[in-house]
Amino acid sequence: MSTQPRIWDMPGGIHPPQNKAQSTARGLERIPLPKRLILPLLQHIGRRAEPIVQVGERVLKGQLLASSHGQYSCPLHAPTSGTIVAIEDAPYPHASGLTEPAIILDSDGEDRRIELQPVADYRSLDPVDVLDLIQAAGISGLGGAGFPTATKLLSRPDHRISTLIINAAECEPYITSDDMTIRHYPARIVSGIEVLMHILKPDQVLVGIEDNKPEAIAAMRAAAQDTTIQIIAIPTKYPSGGEKQLIQILTGKEVPSGGLPADISVLCQNIGTCLAIHEAILLGRPMINRIVTLTGAALQRPTNVIAPIGTPIHELLAFAGLQPERLHRLVLGGPMMGFTVDSAAPIIKTSNCLLAATREELPPPPPALPCIRCGLCAEACPVELLPQQLHWFAMGKDYAQLQRHDLFDCIECGACAYVCPSSIPLVQYFRAGKAEMRAIEQQHSRAEHSRQRFEHRQERLQREAEQREQERQARAEKAARAKAAREAQAARAQLAEPPTAAPDLARIQSRKVSTLSAEQKQLKVAAATARMALQRVQKQLATNPDNTDMQKQLPELEQAFAEAQQAFEQATTQEAR
Amino acid sequence: MAVSPPISSPHALGSNRTRNIMLQVLLATLPGVLLLTWFFGWGTLINILLAGSFAIAIESAILRLRQRPVAFYLNDGSALVTAWLLALALPPYAPWWLVLVASGFAMVFGKHLYGGLGQNPFNPAMLGYAMVLVSFPVEMTSWPVWRGIEQLQPALTPTLGLIDGLQRVFAPASLPTDGWTSATALDLLKNNSALTLDELRAAQPAFGSMAGRAWEWISLAWLAGGLFLLYRRVYTWHAPVGMLAALAVMSLLFWNGSGSASNGSPLFHLLGGATMLGAFFIVTDPVSGATSARGRLVFGAGVGILVYVIRVWGNYPDAVAFAVLLMNLCAPTIDYYTTPRTYGHSKPKRGLGKVDQP
Repeated sequence: MSTQPRIWDMPGGIHPPQNKAQSTARGLERIPLPKRLILPLLQHIGRRAEPIVQVGERVLKGQLLASSHGQYSCPLHAPTSGTIVAIEDAPYPHASGLTEPAIILDSDGEDRRIELQPVADYRSLDPVDVLDLIQAAGISGLGGAGFPTATKLLSRPDHRISTLIINAAECEPYITSDDMTIRHYPARIVSGIEVLMHILKPDQVLVGIEDNKPEAIAAMRAAAQDTTIQIIAIPTKYPSGGEKQLIQILTGKEVPSGGLPADISVLCQNIGTCLAIHEAILLGRPMINRIVTLTGAALQRPTNVIAPIGTPIHELLAFAGLQPERLHRLVLGGPMMGFTVDSAAPIIKTSNCLLAATREELPPPPPALPCIRCGLCAEACPVELLPQQLHWFAMGKDYAQLQRHDLFDCIECGACAYVCPSSIPLVQYFRAGKAEMRAIEQQHSRAEHSRQRFEHRQERLQREAEQREQERQARAEKAARAKAAREAQAARAQLAEPPTAAPDLARIQSRKVSTLSAEQKQLKVAAATARMALQRVQKQLATNPDNTDMQKQLPELEQAFAEAQQAFEQATTQEAR
Repeated sequence: MAVSPPISSPHALGSNRTRNIMLQVLLATLPGVLLLTWFFGWGTLINILLAGSFAIAIESAILRLRQRPVAFYLNDGSALVTAWLLALALPPYAPWWLVLVASGFAMVFGKHLYGGLGQNPFNPAMLGYAMVLVSFPVEMTSWPVWRGIEQLQPALTPTLGLIDGLQRVFAPASLPTDGWTSATALDLLKNNSALTLDELRAAQPAFGSMAGRAWEWISLAWLAGGLFLLYRRVYTWHAPVGMLAALAVMSLLFWNGSGSASNGSPLFHLLGGATMLGAFFIVTDPVSGATSARGRLVFGAGVGILVYVIRVWGNYPDAVAFAVLLMNLCAPTIDYYTTPRTYGHSKPKRGLGKVDQP
């Protein structure tokens, strides 16, 4: 065996009890075919698939039920043969507990499949065509977020991928689905990785597995013996399986904040995704089932199963011998990052583990004490944040400081809350803080949008006003020209006929345009002022007739007004004469 | 069909609790408490008992006044730790009213006026200590003599009996006021201007082989307790090492030899006075100290430098309380300049960080 290449340390991290042994003793089992499958149209990050089947239609196993809708989407296939009985909102495995549109498929029990079209010689195909096959098979990441795999492989076409990382760390307690996948299908996984290598042409391929899975490490090493794929055992520490953390451990490099691994020419894929790729290309099977860990002390026989996508959770739990009276908390995913679900919801492509925990396993959190800033959270944080400070600022809704303390780099792994001696629900504070900041951001962009609309409207109104003004001027010029032309015509006509009414007309015109002289204006203003003063007093006397001051003023004002008016009229009539 | 409680991740919780941390701190003081009791008699235990009862009574009263669940908050053990550390800092056989004033000030002004546990900017124990130190200098500088001094200086008699001790605390007038206290080594060194260190050591039994007689052993006991807490990961090494290293460097730089102008050797300062108690039980207080690892190193170093400055050029022979309180004032600023670099960022953020206000 070759010597293991260098690995780096990840800051922080915790060592919670692993609880993995419970579910690995029974190997990999198959569950009996469920009677009814719930197939949500959203099984991945991105847009819902679009159904292409009708209610009542009979479908075969592997038949396309819904096609992908845009680039960030994934098609959906029938996990077994049967009849489409509904396309409607159905329970959905999400933290919100909300429903999602789903295709409901009743199985006919025959499990008849469509004809498979395997591609044995994929190496002769162009990588782009292989990507199309992966997309057509409906593969999205099996690790957690469920990014459509073909889209992820294409994420930065301008960046060459030098390191392909296969994530098999499986750092979260209880979960063993990756472990069991490797133990049972190492050769298929290696074959799937080789498909990825054909697409990406990386310089090196690193498979990171935590050293608490010696069987998986040995199986992968044996299967990858004649390849350039390197199997690297990494120290068991949560959350070494976070994408950014595994990249740091295996390469010593950090994904830039807000960037993608492709920015440092690294690409990460989950080990289960590699198996799905092998099955899609070399066996021609679309992604219609997955391996799920069924574990927790409320189950009599915790195990790992191969289950059709869309199997209702309660059927899986029943298969593993659920004792309902012992079930306290049902978690989809692990105890660190999973979320509580209702057992009516189905499993989807991202569902790796069902944890049916008793009260003793996951007790209700004790009431939180005040933070004493002990700093254990900062020691545990794999991103080197200061959770105690973030908590402080999140409580005070100090968004500027949350920004400064890099809240959005938090991966919500829960290590801080796990170690907190005051049992403060830190991650909840951080999620709420992020949500509030996103809402504010949205508000701002909406306000900005409104502002821009307003400014554009103002501009448009001004433009229109200017245009109207120009048109008006143009019309006025035109009218002036027409008038000039008419006058010229009239002048020509006068030359022919003797002028009769012309002097009178000229006199009237001169009267009209004659303006008042400066002296006349002054007199007019004085008369108007006197009239106003008179009217004011008259008005006040009307409302208050007993005012003796006003009564005295009245004759004076009347006289003043009469004099001013007379002076003005004299001036104008003199002028007229 | 299972109905899960609407709880979001993480679902698993570690077993560490604030109460455990507090109890471990108390446990770590035991070697020091034992040695103090051996050398000085029952005084330290009486201090602890008095301060503990006062603090718990006062905390209960204030919690009731603030309409908080009393048992829930008392149960965290923080009031007991504050009182306990204050009791260790006060001179053994301090009069009961002095202990009451100090613990009352610590609990009311040091803790609850700011909003209780986790909200206080100052170390409550040191605030209480500093308050009585400036207010009652005579009582606060009456350090009893230790077991064994009578063989060196027959004029002095240590207070070792329980009845004697209780009398000192509750009815000091009934006992002779002279002959049971003496100056500490830090005092003597501070006031010395005529003798070389060797002459001083020969003339004064207060000097031991490394620092103050009896005190050097008690310091080592604090050190042992501190190492236990480091081993138990109650706190990290940064603040204690920062303080001890800064004090060592300062005392090395300004040692001034062994003549009459000597300021004391590094070893003398490290094992003298409250250095070790401060380094492992006081500057490690997370609430009033700096936050990040680097910040705690800076915080500890600041305390170390201030301890030396006040001891050598200031008016007080020992200075841990004042140094800690002064650095408490600086802790928020230190935090802003020692923020660690976050994953994926090219460099750490420094200062308040000008963020565009919306």
